Amino acid sequence: MSNKPLFEVRILRHERINEQVRLLWLPKLSSFKAGQMVSISIAPDSSQRLYSICSGEKDSDIAILYDIKRDGFLTPKLDELLAGNSLWVSAPFGSFTDFVKGSWFLASGTGIAPFYSLFRTNPEFVGKLVHGGRDESSFYFMNELTETLGENYIRCSSRGIVKDTFHGRVTEWLQGAQLADAATKYYLCGSAEMVVDTRDVLISRGVDYDKIISEIYF
Amino acid sequence: METLFGKTLQELVVIVKEAGLPSFTSKQIADWLYKHHISEIDEMTNISKKGRDYLKSKFVIGLANPVNVQASIDGTKKYLFKSGDHRFIEAAYIPDDDRATLCVSSQVGCKMGCLFCMTGKQGFQGQLTVNEILNQIRSLPEFHQLTNVVYMGMGEPFDNLESVLKSTEILSSDWGYGWSPKRITVSTIGIIPAMREFLNKSSCHLAVSMHSPFEDERRKLMPIENVYHISDVLSLLKEYDWTGQRRVSFEYILFKGVNDTPKHINELARILNGFKCRVNLIRFHSIPNSPLEPSDEETIQFFKTRLNSKGVLTTIRASRGQDIYAACGLLSTKELVKRQEED
Ligand SMILES: Cc1cc2nc3c(=O)[nH]c(=O)nc-3n(C[C@H](O)[C@H](O)[C@H](O)COP(=O)(O)OP(=O)(O)OC[C@H]3O[C@@H](n4cnc5c(N)ncnc54)[C@H](O)[C@@H]3O)c2cc1C
Ligand code: SF4
Repeated sequence: MSNKPLFEVRILRHERINEQVRLLWLPKLSSFKAGQMVSISIAPDSSQRLYSICSGEKDSDIAILYDIKRDGFLTPKLDELLAGNSLWVSAPFGSFTDFVKGSWFLASGTGIAPFYSLFRTNPEFVGKLVHGGRDESSFYFMNELTETLGENYIRCSSRGIVKDTFHGRVTEWLQGAQLADAATKYYLCGSAEMVVDTRDVLISRGVDYDKIISEIYF
Repeated sequence: METLFGKTLQELVVIVKEAGLPSFTSKQIADWLYKHHISEIDEMTNISKKGRDYLKSKFVIGLANPVNVQASIDGTKKYLFKSGDHRFIEAAYIPDDDRATLCVSSQVGCKMGCLFCMTGKQGFQGQLTVNEILNQIRSLPEFHQLTNVVYMGMGEPFDNLESVLKSTEILSSDWGYGWSPKRITVSTIGIIPAMREFLNKSSCHLAVSMHSPFEDERRKLMPIENVYHISDVLSLLKEYDWTGQRRVSFEYILFKGVNDTPKHINELARILNGFKCRVNLIRFHSIPNSPLEPSDEETIQFFKTRLNSKGVLTTIRASRGQDIYAACGLLSTKELVKRQEED
């Protein structure tokens, strides 16, 4: 939900990532910081929704990674759009940015977007990325992230056994993980449920709440 | 079956048209629902038998009594209502001298994940319909004593704006309950687009949960700050006229050593300087496994006195019903867990 000033753009590419998830490429209207979002609408006066930018700061276009909510308002309509169709998009905004080196980044589903943007912008950035998804098809940028982050890229699959992947939720992985030192920051992104549960686990394991920064896809 | 209770006059006009009934019937139905407080369609005696039969074939009135109540020694009562099969919402009845306030829920659970909130820990389980919002008021045993309603229970009202706006319309319209909008306060954590729509479409009071004037601190307490900054919320509020009867207040829960320092007093005074509003200081009631603690009484009183002396009208909200899980969300969470264990 948002009502930012919108600009008309033409869709550049629309990629199918899996059954339910798409990557939509749009022209870049202005520069942005990894972690920022845009507001999107299918018409200038229609309802807007927010999406984290899922491309690097230096990429010439911007992408959003979205999950189709079959009974939702916007995403089923987005899914029908083709390259060349119009879409209305805001300037980037939001302050889930300025990530600190050495932090942990914990995401579920499309909540990987801000962190993918960060590591794509700066592959040298030091940090641990933990991504929760249902099955193998949920690990959207697996090859690229494995190459960039190596052992610091951890996947948690809640359904089905996937090679080199922790079987269980991010919270379950966290319960058994050796946490970093007290100064380390934890950035969380995804559904309310994932963020709240993950924050609870971190706090119960002694992490100061002050070190936890969250973006909720409400 | 669909419920009639909770329909706006505009919606009743459509229903009546579809039923082929005379157009004035919509106003009659509204009167039965919101002025005569009926619970069965057959009680609508000035509507033809044919008309009532049609309505009964499509609708029920849709009132539901609370499933549980807990009473505090101070008179506060917390009512539990069902929403669907396994979900519960809370409404808190708070009598106080010549006022009796009901705090209603707008969602089952919440998506906003505020660190200090028990409802936030439940996650989001669903939107309440207009019927379910108003039923908390209408099916309250103390309904006739109510003087005020505040939307400060479970959920973020502006994440369910359409239903919240319809419910306040029914409460405050002549064809509805006919309450003055000044008896109604809607609370938000500051979802700016919905807040703007609310300010344009409604005359009810607004309460904004601030809890810290500093962006970096607030975002650790309230993730919404990453999306909509409190400074932008304030800028929007300052575009509106608050010199009349409509009021805006800022809710501020005091957490020990976090947001209760002189630095916070100074910043609050700075950002609210010259703006007609009130700051409501709230004592924090700890929730399980929370890293936050309540400020001590001396600090709370100091905070209030200093803010007042700096020209910011500041009050301390009386803590009520502490013996009955006063923190919103605790009772319904308990019930939810109990039912899940039973299944
Ligand atoms: C800061 C932020 C960043 C975000 N970034 C992303 C992102 O990068 N990728 C992404 O996929 N999403 C993101 N989102 C979520 C996104 O904004 C939309 O909420 C999401 O795409 C669904 O939009 P929709 O219009 O399709 O569904 P909506 O119509 O908004 O519905 C959402 C869900 O709620 C349910 N629902 C709708 N109405 C009701 C009702 N009355 N009662 C009960 N349930 C109801 C629907 O069935 C659906 O499952 C972000 C959200 C925020 C706040
Ligand atoms: S304080 Fe309000 S907005 Fe925040 S999580 Fe609780 S119910 Fe939701």
